[in-house]
Amino acid sequence: MVLVFSDNKNLSLELLNKGSELAKELGKNVTAVIIGESDDGLAKEYISYGADKVFIAEVDIDSFEAEKYAGILEKVLKETGAEIVLIGSNKNGKDLASRLAGRLDAGCVIDCTNLYLKDKKLTVERVVYSGNAIAVEQFNSKPSIVTIPSKVFDPLKKDDKHSGDIVKKKFDVEKSASKVLKVQEMQTGDVNVEDAEIIVSCGRGFKSKDDIKLVSELAEVLKGKTVGCSRPIAADLKWLSEDHWIGLSGHKVKPKLYVAVGISGQIQHIAGMRDSSIIVAINKDPEALIFKSADYGIVGDLYEVLPKLTSMVKDKMG
Amino acid sequence: MNIIVCAKQVVDVSEMKVDSKTKKPILQGVPQKISDIDKNAIEEAIKIKDKHGGKITVVTVGPSDAKERIKELLAMGADEGVLISSTDKYDYRIVSSLLAEAIKKIGEYDIVLCGEASIDMFSGQVGPRVAGLLNIPQITYAQNINAEKDKTVAMRNMGDKSVTTESSYPVLITVTKEINEPRLPSLMQILGAANKPINEWSAGSLTKELQPKVETIELKGIPMQRKNIVYKDDVDDSVKKLVDSLAKEGVLR
Ligand SMILES: Cc1cc2nc3c(=O)[nH]c(=O)nc-3n(C[C@H](O)[C@H](O)[C@H](O)COP(=O)(O)OP(=O)(O)OC[C@H]3O[C@@H](n4cnc5c(N)ncnc54)[C@H](O)[C@@H]3O)c2cc1C
Ligand SMILES: Cc1cc2nc3c(=O)[nH]c(=O)nc-3n(C[C@H](O)[C@H](O)[C@H](O)COP(=O)(O)OP(=O)(O)OC[C@H]3O[C@@H](n4cnc5c(N)ncnc54)[C@H](O)[C@@H]3O)c2cc1C
Repeated sequence: MVLVFSDNKNLSLELLNKGSELAKELGKNVTAVIIGESDDGLAKEYISYGADKVFIAEVDIDSFEAEKYAGILEKVLKETGAEIVLIGSNKNGKDLASRLAGRLDAGCVIDCTNLYLKDKKLTVERVVYSGNAIAVEQFNSKPSIVTIPSKVFDPLKKDDKHSGDIVKKKFDVEKSASKVLKVQEMQTGDVNVEDAEIIVSCGRGFKSKDDIKLVSELAEVLKGKTVGCSRPIAADLKWLSEDHWIGLSGHKVKPKLYVAVGISGQIQHIAGMRDSSIIVAINKDPEALIFKSADYGIVGDLYEVLPKLTSMVKDKMG
Repeated sequence: MNIIVCAKQVVDVSEMKVDSKTKKPILQGVPQKISDIDKNAIEEAIKIKDKHGGKITVVTVGPSDAKERIKELLAMGADEGVLISSTDKYDYRIVSSLLAEAIKKIGEYDIVLCGEASIDMFSGQVGPRVAGLLNIPQITYAQNINAEKDKTVAMRNMGDKSVTTESSYPVLITVTKEINEPRLPSLMQILGAANKPINEWSAGSLTKELQPKVETIELKGIPMQRKNIVYKDDVDDSVKKLVDSLAKEGVLR
């Protein structure tokens, strides 16, 4: 059986697509897991998106804790005898999958961008060496635990006629020596860099937070409106929220046009934007690495280049 | 406070070249280094030791030349190194199990520190997996740690949320790159590190022989071809040429 879990609904729907495909090939079922309060509406939705069964683990937990969730999934696995476990690859999901793998001494691969059966064995692909290569990894053991990032698969088309069972079971939560004291929502804009067609990104070449308006202005005239950034801008300086952060440890994007301004082009940044159709770089250092990963580049001071570029694009677009 | 830091020797991905024919990365001859974020873990360990006293042990699973890398961490301020020498098969399971067994053998520990992820494979699996094996609490993606005498409080960067978690000891914590600025050891410290012990433990002395649960069957290249047209003359000229090129590419509409 194939088990699917994410604390993010949309990600669960995406995993259900791949999960039901694998299940069919194996002649097995796909089961979606809900942990927490019983939610029949959500269970029915999972069924209409491909789940053959929904397992609701009824537990009393306020916020996500990997220790407790891993304990519960471990029990669900015993109960259902699942051989493949697909977990949504957000930070919570990676923590959960890895801990569960430790608890069960099971094979686990994080951040898979492709999965299929080869010689009847679950085979997965993941990006390694900061975007320089793809490793093809094969499980030789069960259960096989895999995490999958968002947007790797689309959800199936909703089918209200698809039927499935809902099973509910109460579980006790293991005591843990740690506890969550506070959860603070980070301030986020309504940006979604992953779906953007045009992105203008800024890096440490900018001298102050205010100057980022130069980037938004260019993004605006390009009709893209989406602003991205390198890790230091979001993580160290906090000039932009983390939903703008592009790279190995941030968002992976594939716009038609990606403009990198004042970004040096370290491999960890490239890992997040290398699938862009056209890459433009603006940097004052002619030796900057970013030019090696760009289709077009301008060597110059961004404070001089950006206003001119914005105004000329504006003229051109009419 | 006894602190164990797990540090991995990695290939320096920024020095990696791609074979122009096969488009596969060339793995031979790439310089090796300590995974960047593991230096943040050492730095944090030193800060905690400065406050509470105690001992810092670095544990590495890797080939014997990793000894040279461990010396850098001893120079930074770790007290002792443990190198678990390689068998020829490695996967996440084997690496994590060897680390967990080594930690058990060291015995007395309050905090195990790891990086949020290694810079070459970047899975972030090892930290929480080891915590699962040891059955101790895990605090991941810590961007700030306040270690007190009998408990620790850390702020975790979960992207859209910041989560503050408290734990008693022992606890495993993975740190982010932003938590601190790793120090550069002085010449005196580098020389002094030569006298600090590095113990080599064989995998076989820690556990029965382990088989990998996952095997890498192929490494595929990801070719990236770019035009690399760079305008470097007069700014007005460059801007004009760029806008013309973008118009031709059909992205200005
Ligand atoms: C494990 C790990 C994960 C990472 N993940 C990510 C990630 O997801 N995303 C990411 O971006 N980074 C990531 N990094 C960090 C990465 O290695 C680089 O440090 C980072 O991308 C550098 O950001 P930057 O280009 O903005 O800054 P810098 O490297 O400081 O570059 C600034 C650039 O601006 C140029 N400049 C300065 N002034 C001007 C001017 N007036 N006009 C024009 N140009 C100017 C300079 O020439 C320079 O090239 C990661 C690192 C590690 C170790
Ligand atoms: C000598 C050697 C040969 C290898 N050969 C293969 C191979 O043939 N096939 C294959 O698939 N993989 C191979 N690997 C890779 C190995 O399977 C993974 O790198 C390993 O499981 C760690 O995963 P990761 O890099 O994703 O670590 P992550 O989970 O991203 O690392 C997070 C943190 O865990 C700790 N950590 C991780 N690894 C180690 C370590 N080795 N020692 C100490 N602390 C560590 C560090 O604190 C690190 O910051 C090899 C690794 C080594 C060292």
